Amino acid sequence: MNLRTTISNANSDVRQRRRSAVKHAVSKSLRRHWQLYLLVLPPVVYFIIFKYVPMANAVLAFKDYNVIKGIWGSPWVGTKYFEMLFRNPAFATLIKNTLYISFYQLIVGFPVPILLALALNEIKSARFKKTVQMVTYAPYFISTVVMVSIIMLFLSPRLGIVNTIAGALGFEAVNFLGEPGLFRSIYVFSDVWQSMGYSAVIYLAALSGIDPSLYEAARVDGASRFQKIVNVDLPGILPAAVIILILSVGNIMAVGFEKIYLLQNPLNLSASEIISTYVYKMGLLNANYSFATAVGLFNSLINLILLLTVNAAAKRLSNTSLW
Amino acid sequence: MSELQSHPSRLVDKRKHTIRESFGDRVFMTVTYIILTVVLIAVLYPLIYILSSSLSSPAAVSSGKVWLWPVDITLAGYKAVLQNDQVITGYANSLFYTACGTLISVALTIMIAYPLSKKTFVGRSPLMMFITFTMLFSGGLIPTYLVVKSMGLIDTRWALLIPNAIWVWQVIIARTFFQNSIPEELSEAADIDGCSDIRFIFSVILPLAKPIVAVLSLMYAVGQWNAYFDALIYLKSQSLYPLQLILRSILILNNGTGNIDAGEMVKMQQMAELMKFSLIVMASLPVLVIYPFVQRYFVQGMLIGSVKG
Repeated sequence: MNLRTTISNANSDVRQRRRSAVKHAVSKSLRRHWQLYLLVLPPVVYFIIFKYVPMANAVLAFKDYNVIKGIWGSPWVGTKYFEMLFRNPAFATLIKNTLYISFYQLIVGFPVPILLALALNEIKSARFKKTVQMVTYAPYFISTVVMVSIIMLFLSPRLGIVNTIAGALGFEAVNFLGEPGLFRSIYVFSDVWQSMGYSAVIYLAALSGIDPSLYEAARVDGASRFQKIVNVDLPGILPAAVIILILSVGNIMAVGFEKIYLLQNPLNLSASEIISTYVYKMGLLNANYSFATAVGLFNSLINLILLLTVNAAAKRLSNTSLW
Repeated sequence: MSELQSHPSRLVDKRKHTIRESFGDRVFMTVTYIILTVVLIAVLYPLIYILSSSLSSPAAVSSGKVWLWPVDITLAGYKAVLQNDQVITGYANSLFYTACGTLISVALTIMIAYPLSKKTFVGRSPLMMFITFTMLFSGGLIPTYLVVKSMGLIDTRWALLIPNAIWVWQVIIARTFFQNSIPEELSEAADIDGCSDIRFIFSVILPLAKPIVAVLSLMYAVGQWNAYFDALIYLKSQSLYPLQLILRSILILNNGTGNIDAGEMVKMQQMAELMKFSLIVMASLPVLVIYPFVQRYFVQGMLIGSVKG
């Protein structure tokens, strides 16, 4: 037996002993902490049933759903429903509307909370600052149904306050929700109104965590308030901003079904029909399960790819990532 | 919250307050104040307008006389809302869903979040990946609907309590809290004393976890109170409808106010308009009333959640 085999034998011996020690520790921990495993059982069952079984159920997209035979007994049809989707003349509009609304929302909705937080951070009067914060935070608690009805009441062509004021100033009444061209702006800006205060909290927290000596240094160097924001505040909140940007890009295809569905009417449908509302109508209202599943699956995949891409890009560019 | 309020640069300002701010900085601050005031008014005005309208007479609301303060103050709108059986049933149902749903959700969240926070818990990181993956990818609406259907939950109260019981984000928030604010030594000491895990949770963890239980309860409760989509797809019987679904039919689909007498048409219509404002106020009241007291918990929750762990 030469030296090399002896060493490798000894090595494998050590490895084996370590492995058995780990195994021993694991079984000991299992025995000691069986109650913890019992505790996580119900939540794990929840995740399996309501999250993972639906993922498996998504094979429905490749089958002709038959209610009697069930998901697994239904016949395979390959990519029939995906081809159906890609050939559907409505498909281009759906994608266009979904992307248009999400990017619009991203471009307006992402910077506004940052600007709000930066502005609040400059305010010296604690009372004014607190008032603005509390008031802008409040609309976040209004439910989607109520939010949409507020939008409808305000923008109503006959009775809405917006048209009343416009009328008093000599403008003609506009049927805001009947104009496809206005739909996106209404959606995006009402969203900003509702959520800017809530979203600003993260940035305010990041700002309060900036090292005070950086501000002193900036002051000694004679920086103006604006220069201080650009050179100290912005770099300070960059990591938080990147994470939030990644998360929002990861949600690009998942624009708020609830609000858009409620805001839809036959007049604005050409701009307001998005993938998720289409899935709901096709699947649950028209009982076209397989087709709707295919559309939904396509949507989820695009979403996942976007999230992974942006996360990887952010990791390379700024060293910040979700994991 | 107080940390957010006190700005580090004020420390500097206090020491050097004799130095006058430069002209540019004063212009900058003036512009900042003006912008924030505009934002304040833009957010506040619609809220005041809704409240004022809900307290005004039907005729004043319909003719556009209300623009800031209530005109011809009356509680007629609220009276009409309270006489509507649908609204009352919806209110009761929502209270039930909110109470039960919050209880179930908070319990399940803590059951998984606490073990996930323990470094000694074998299988901790695979479990974490197991649940975070559901944030990234989902089977979609129809496959989920079919699961709920096959379990016989359609058109039962359970459909609103179970399928969306755990939010992954809340699990992450709770896990981070347990990790950061409950010292490992406590559970080691309990281990040595032969205290069982369940007993340890009830007599040590839960009393220490009051802040996180408050945060989770509030977030789940607000979510449950405001939810309508699950009810829309899973419920058929009107007697089970939560308030939000009733609101949808009255406020957005414009039905549900019922029999309109032809002669009283105009008056009824004015009343229906007024009712909408009163309904909006009443539906948001529970959340908005507790809001000033809970705001700091929400902020706390968001901050705990944003710590990477």
